[in-house]
Amino acid sequence: MSSTMIDLFLRSLWETVLMTGASGAISFVFGLPLGLALVVTDRGGIAQNLWVNRILGSIVNGFRAVPFIILLVALIPLTRLIAGTSIGTWAAIVPLSIAATPYYARIAEVSLREVDRGLIEAVRAMGGSRWTIVREVLVPEAMPGIVAGFTVTLVTLVGASAMAGAIGAGGLGDLAIRYGYQRFETSVMIAVVSVLIVMVCALQWAGDRLVARLDRRVA
Amino acid sequence: MASRRVKDDKMNQHVSALASNGALAAAAGGAGEPVVRLIDVRRHFGPTAALDGVSLTVGKGEIVGIIGRSGAGKSTLIRCLNGLERPDSGEVHIEGREIGRLGENQLQPLRRRIGMIFQHFNLLSAKTVEENVALPLKIEGVSRPERLRRAAELLELVGLAGKAKAYPASLSGGQKQRVGIARALAARPALLLSDEATSALDPETTRSILALLRDINRQLGLTIILITHEMEVVRSIADRVAVIDAGRIVEEGEVWKVFADPQSDITTSLLQGIRPQLPAEIAQRLSPTLGSEAVLRVDIAGEAALGPLLADLGGQAGAFRFIHGGIERVQGRPVGTLFLAVPSGEPDLLRTVQFLTGRGARVEVLGHVFDND
Repeated sequence: MSSTMIDLFLRSLWETVLMTGASGAISFVFGLPLGLALVVTDRGGIAQNLWVNRILGSIVNGFRAVPFIILLVALIPLTRLIAGTSIGTWAAIVPLSIAATPYYARIAEVSLREVDRGLIEAVRAMGGSRWTIVREVLVPEAMPGIVAGFTVTLVTLVGASAMAGAIGAGGLGDLAIRYGYQRFETSVMIAVVSVLIVMVCALQWAGDRLVARLDRRVA
Repeated sequence: MASRRVKDDKMNQHVSALASNGALAAAAGGAGEPVVRLIDVRRHFGPTAALDGVSLTVGKGEIVGIIGRSGAGKSTLIRCLNGLERPDSGEVHIEGREIGRLGENQLQPLRRRIGMIFQHFNLLSAKTVEENVALPLKIEGVSRPERLRRAAELLELVGLAGKAKAYPASLSGGQKQRVGIARALAARPALLLSDEATSALDPETTRSILALLRDINRQLGLTIILITHEMEVVRSIADRVAVIDAGRIVEEGEVWKVFADPQSDITTSLLQGIRPQLPAEIAQRLSPTLGSEAVLRVDIAGEAALGPLLADLGGQAGAFRFIHGGIERVQGRPVGTLFLAVPSGEPDLLRTVQFLTGRGARVEVLGHVFDND
């Protein structure tokens, strides 16, 4: 590979890291509260409100039903509003975050739902408020699942960011399509795929390590 | 001889006490303001009544056992006491305050006056033992050093001083329940609710947990209400027992009296496992009329069970065969059930029954058997 190619490669790597990291962080910040809201407003939840629950559930399902590539294009007006442009890495972070947030919300919801109801009852019985239950029971007890789910979301985002090349976002996936596929540069394709594999493995490994450290449910 | 006579008088008093079991129980609420007073509490789930008009009074420092089969309504009842469950009608008074109509926010400070322990312990797995114990204090807004100091004190009390930094997953069931107890006591409650707290534990651990609750009751004067489906638990710890069936309290009284003279079928059946029963092979051979021997069930309790009853029976009434049974201690009182076989002949049988009844025993002729088969 030439030095321009290596520069291009490194820039693409950075773009992928940036897209994955930024949209991952945003989907965590919004997805976790959304997942919590889905759990607490559901029937038998600590803040049962079935109307809110249905509306949130429908919004989440709506966004999850739309294929990402369509979402990417459909959200262009919104992207322009938020990022100031509809082209480039930062522009891609908007649709990536919007797709990943409901995805992560569902994953977080599953973990939060698995928290033993007895624990919630115990904290209610000691006079804890709803907020106490969220802070002391739901989130800490579900934390291993919340982190494991976040790892899954990040890995998914690495893959999804490849499609963001469609709006000129760059990234490794885009590099592989333009050089490896369209220009038949097999070495670029192999290099990109290898780096992606290493990246995903590293993410998964780090996530698993963190989960193991957080999980106190077994001795 | 004189002292004998005095004793006999006491026995007679006891007999009348046995008869008015229910009436005494109503007055046994204890002195001063009761900690808990339930008045005609009802709670329905759909068409089924979980609680169908329950009234109960618990005095300060008492240990009251609420026993019933699963589905009898005991879980709903205990949850009404800290507002986890709201009655449809009736009144729930805790330390003189009616809580049935309080909102969730008003209930929260009140719940801090009530500790609760659970069958499955319900310890937070992500928190250490001391953080679990300190949690009620955190909710109350106590500073961290202060609540950890109190947690250490409580872990000392329950015998787990060395486990402060451990996580619950590394503890045995008995240790987990000790942490549960320490946590329930953290906010210095006036009342401790125990929801089947020993049902998931083996018999030996159960004994040690019950002994701990007893100690705490004595040391701190803490009122304890425990629900259970095991009479053994009631026997080893409770002062008073309420038997609940289909959402109603069918029987209530001092434990030893209920053991000695159960009034309801449910109580009798709940007692079956731990009270002497007529051996099955004899029960099968019983005939209502025919036989050379009558089989008697003799229930005695209190003072009546202290004298040399059987020796006197042999001396004064005639021959008998001791088939099965014995006398045990409940709340420090002797409670006995004996199964005797006596000759079926009219005068012998009548004399025996009269003698035993005269000594304050309850006698029931269960049937007849031939002694040679």
